Amino acid sequence: MSKQSGGLGRYVAQRLLLAVPMVLILLTLVFLLMRVAPGDPVSAAAGGKLGPEQLAEKRRIAGLDKPLFEQYLDYLGDVVTLDFGTTFVDHRKVSDIIIENGGATLSLTLGALFVAVLIGLPIGLFSGRYRDSAFDVTARIFGITTYAAPVFFTGLLAQLAFSGTWLPTSDQADPLTSLNIESVTHIYVLDCLIAGDWNAVEDGLKHLILPSITLGLLIVGVFIRMIRINVIQSLHGDYIEAARARGVRERRVVTQHAFRNALVPVITVLGLQVALLLGGAVLTEKTFNWPGVGSTLITYINQRDYIAVQGIVTVFALVVVLISMLIDFVNALIDPRVRY
Amino acid sequence: MPTKPDTESAARPDPSPGAGSGQRNDVLMEVEDLQVHFGMRGGALARISGRGGGAVKAVDGVNLTLRRGEVLGLVGESGSGKTTLGRTLLGLNRATGGSIRYGGQDLTELSERRLRPLRRRLQMVFQDPHASLNPSMDIRTAVGHPLRIHRLVADDEEYEAKVAHALERVGLTPAERYLSKFPSDLSGGQKQRAVLARAIIAEPELLVADEPISMLDMSVRAKILQLMLDLKRDLDLTYVYVTHDLASAKFFCDTIAIMYLGRIVEQGPAEQVFNEPRHPYTKALLAAIPEPDPNRSVPRNLPRGEVPDAAKPPLGCSFHPRCAAALPHCGWERRDLRALLERRWLDLAPDEYARERALIGNLDALAEPGPTRVLVTPGRGHSAADVLAYFRRLREEASETEPREPFWGGVTTMSEDGGQVVVEFVEARDPRLLPVVDSVSVACHLYAAPGA
Amino acid sequence: MATTSAPSTAAAATGAPEPVLAVQDLRVWYGTERGPVRAVDGVTFEVRPGETLGLVGESGCGKSTLGRGVLGLTPAGTALDGVVDFKGTNLVGLSPKHLQKLRGPELGLIFQEPMTRLNPLMKISEHFEEALRTHEKGLSRQQRRERALDALRGMGIPPSRYHAYPHEFSGGMRQRIMIALALVLRPAFVVADEPTTALDVLVEAQIIKILADLRKNFDTALVLITHNLGIVAEACDRVAVMYAGHIVEQGDAREVFANPQHPYTRELLRSTISLSTTGLHYIPGSPPDLVRPPTGCRFHPRCPVAMRGCAEHEPPEVVLGSGVRTACWHQALEADPSLGEELGQGGRDALAAVKEISVADEA
Repeated sequence: MSKQSGGLGRYVAQRLLLAVPMVLILLTLVFLLMRVAPGDPVSAAAGGKLGPEQLAEKRRIAGLDKPLFEQYLDYLGDVVTLDFGTTFVDHRKVSDIIIENGGATLSLTLGALFVAVLIGLPIGLFSGRYRDSAFDVTARIFGITTYAAPVFFTGLLAQLAFSGTWLPTSDQADPLTSLNIESVTHIYVLDCLIAGDWNAVEDGLKHLILPSITLGLLIVGVFIRMIRINVIQSLHGDYIEAARARGVRERRVVTQHAFRNALVPVITVLGLQVALLLGGAVLTEKTFNWPGVGSTLITYINQRDYIAVQGIVTVFALVVVLISMLIDFVNALIDPRVRY
Repeated sequence: MPTKPDTESAARPDPSPGAGSGQRNDVLMEVEDLQVHFGMRGGALARISGRGGGAVKAVDGVNLTLRRGEVLGLVGESGSGKTTLGRTLLGLNRATGGSIRYGGQDLTELSERRLRPLRRRLQMVFQDPHASLNPSMDIRTAVGHPLRIHRLVADDEEYEAKVAHALERVGLTPAERYLSKFPSDLSGGQKQRAVLARAIIAEPELLVADEPISMLDMSVRAKILQLMLDLKRDLDLTYVYVTHDLASAKFFCDTIAIMYLGRIVEQGPAEQVFNEPRHPYTKALLAAIPEPDPNRSVPRNLPRGEVPDAAKPPLGCSFHPRCAAALPHCGWERRDLRALLERRWLDLAPDEYARERALIGNLDALAEPGPTRVLVTPGRGHSAADVLAYFRRLREEASETEPREPFWGGVTTMSEDGGQVVVEFVEARDPRLLPVVDSVSVACHLYAAPGA
Repeated sequence: MATTSAPSTAAAATGAPEPVLAVQDLRVWYGTERGPVRAVDGVTFEVRPGETLGLVGESGCGKSTLGRGVLGLTPAGTALDGVVDFKGTNLVGLSPKHLQKLRGPELGLIFQEPMTRLNPLMKISEHFEEALRTHEKGLSRQQRRERALDALRGMGIPPSRYHAYPHEFSGGMRQRIMIALALVLRPAFVVADEPTTALDVLVEAQIIKILADLRKNFDTALVLITHNLGIVAEACDRVAVMYAGHIVEQGDAREVFANPQHPYTRELLRSTISLSTTGLHYIPGSPPDLVRPPTGCRFHPRCPVAMRGCAEHEPPEVVLGSGVRTACWHQALEADPSLGEELGQGGRDALAAVKEISVADEA
């Protein structure tokens, strides 16, 4: 009858162990997909520019002359030591790319998430609470519109509307103000704070606004729908009726009982959206000339640098696993039923 | 589990002289030591590593003989395994042990492909008629489905004729009125009739009916039961009637098997089981049924507690924690100690409760199953001597109060050891299903032969 | 429904306490595509302190709607008419705010399905805290805890489980918690809607026992809604039998079970399968569609003793010597033969043999 509650520690340990096979499967997939591509990375990137011997030499250096299985083991070994390889075209370490450009991606993701939660949460909760009201109908149209509008369209629209105003429409920072900011965390606004340059902080935040809104609006539609549906469902819940029958005040019924339960599944969606944003903000980064990992990845894809692509994709895969694990932990913290 | 179910007993009832002539060829199905264990959900890691995660013993060593033309009732509460057993008889669940002999074959060993042709002769009727009919299939298609699956008709004409015939058999007349209807057009009773039509259309010999009337309204239940009796008579059917409703089982069944947590605790001809219930569980069940007779009232001495978690069944006899007549070797263990304390605390004033609760340091550990020796850690600020004295006082008090608390009979020694209190219990013994009189078998130590 | 001249003195004569709740001519209906469904159609009853009234009937007879309607807990789109007099206040038409204040400390509800009735994210203790904080603001934290533990203890839930989450309890224990949660506020009137239908046989008996004890230990007036006549017999003082939105018979439970007056009560008792059942009996046909209920007595199409007049004239309610009230022409004519005129010429002839009712009409 009574299941042991409070087994959170054990649950976390279990979940961590379970992540191992998951990561392994993902890495294997990434590795195989890269090999399925026609030709090998070296000739793809440098084919036609180099002679056969030079190509063979390059292949040897990259370890591409070894048997497939050995390459696979090398790859796994490298990943374990957090060595994601060195790009072929410009000899940058993939880990450096992640560190240097990751900061920008992270800022943009968090900015977008902030926007999405700020707009989506209240609208979704209200829509669900006052279902089929004028507000709800408007909110749903808004949600669908933002979801359907392509990023470059929203982005361009924003740029058109704000070009020449106080809001910057491109780049991560003003080139002049950013000159004397030392990159410590590679998250620009944080670096500015560390440098104690308040002008630069303000400038950085300003630059974040339009890209964050553009990207945030993209997911706000999903958010509104998701929260709204969950609120409607939990308002029909048996425990809601029971709470009303005990004379619990309507405001408390809605907030404490309906909203809280409605938000549990939203956490999962939220986390997965973050994972998507981290890897999929490419269009926004391009539109706003944002120096994130996504746009860097595109550059390497265009140059057919498979080693770079493999490295970056590997990191993305790991981040997704990490985030999905975090979601589970958060869920276990709020929902006592998750722990066993 | 230290004790192993002992099921080799010759517990099958003798053929009753009334029903059938008692010859061997009257046996339709013979179930021997059947086990259906399900892996636990939850522990995904345990599943990967292949250890740790326990199994739910939904059916745990069941012996049954099903005779042609009889109605066998599998009666029990939730978690008794009655539904799983019923489904396993048709191969809808896989047995993890034992055998089901039918038509010269062992159903537990047949592959899904070899089972399929047999399914024509073995049909199932489910509890919820609404859920067992596909809402987008009209009655013509739904009822005739088995004919198509088993390729029993040559052409559409024959198909129509057979479907119409089946519908009329179950009282859906005239059949033309129902052929093109959809389940949503029918009432609950009519749906269950359509389900019965589908079950009999392929001319089965065995029908497993899982709570076929419990979702129906009072005034329809009798009608469906009557229909099932008519069908049985006209089509020479054999029924396995799975239910929690003893009243309908008493009326409907020839033989009864009372199940509790995956095992049969009492088995025999319905009349005898109902007239003279022997197992304490059967007695309790019969006493607990609310009867529409205002001169009778609910018994005061209902078994305490509820059906335990099937994943962690009690030691020994599964019913012992709730049984007022339990004996020392029925399987007393640490969980019973915890239950005893919690029951006692119900009647205490808050301050008294707080005082006694503080004595026990590891109450949660007492919730897990364990061997017949348990270490009780004293709460902070208390010594093992305090706890021991407390237990002794409880035992003393219990010996003076009625009704007798059977728990203490199962405790052999209580002593101090290294700052803890050691409580040792009598070694558990699993009761075997043994014949008590004629054809009634009971799995209870109260009825075991002396010295068994 | 008009009550005939027979004076309704049964209650007054015994000097019983004032009823806690008096329902008069209550109607509850809700709209569907096919028209309004009159789920409860002119129902009158009362409950006194410490008394348990069993409300029985088949599914769709309106018993659950009636239970919710009395507490004003009907879903949106439901209309109510009539009087629900609770200690002098008419609950029909009361503002939601006012009703909310009464629900809990005055009016309680116990549900059918205990598994889903507790908020899965809240501990048992939080449920009690919430209820007590809402309605009894004067209590200290310690007092609230004591009240809650007291209520739980009464229902057999050990205090050591106070801080557990709902999912850690079995169905029977959750129902006990739900009952404790309703009783902790000491309401004067409680509706229990099929409280044991989802539970096992032995647990059902335990809960019935708890409900039966309730009337002895508290002064709570209880309406127990069930389809199980056995439960009424064991736990109720009085019983009201519902058919198609009407109460067709009500009175002392022993009396009604021993001498059922209305043909529907008789047929329902006969068709119930119990341990003493030796033959199967059933009521032909099915309960009527409440969008277009039959004229006259609503039971006449299925009634084995229906008369011609029953099909046209609604039977008046009569109070019999035993205090039982029933709405059937047979009893009405016996009480007051002059009523026969109302039935018209040949109104007392048997209704042309309850027309062959086929499976086509069955429930």
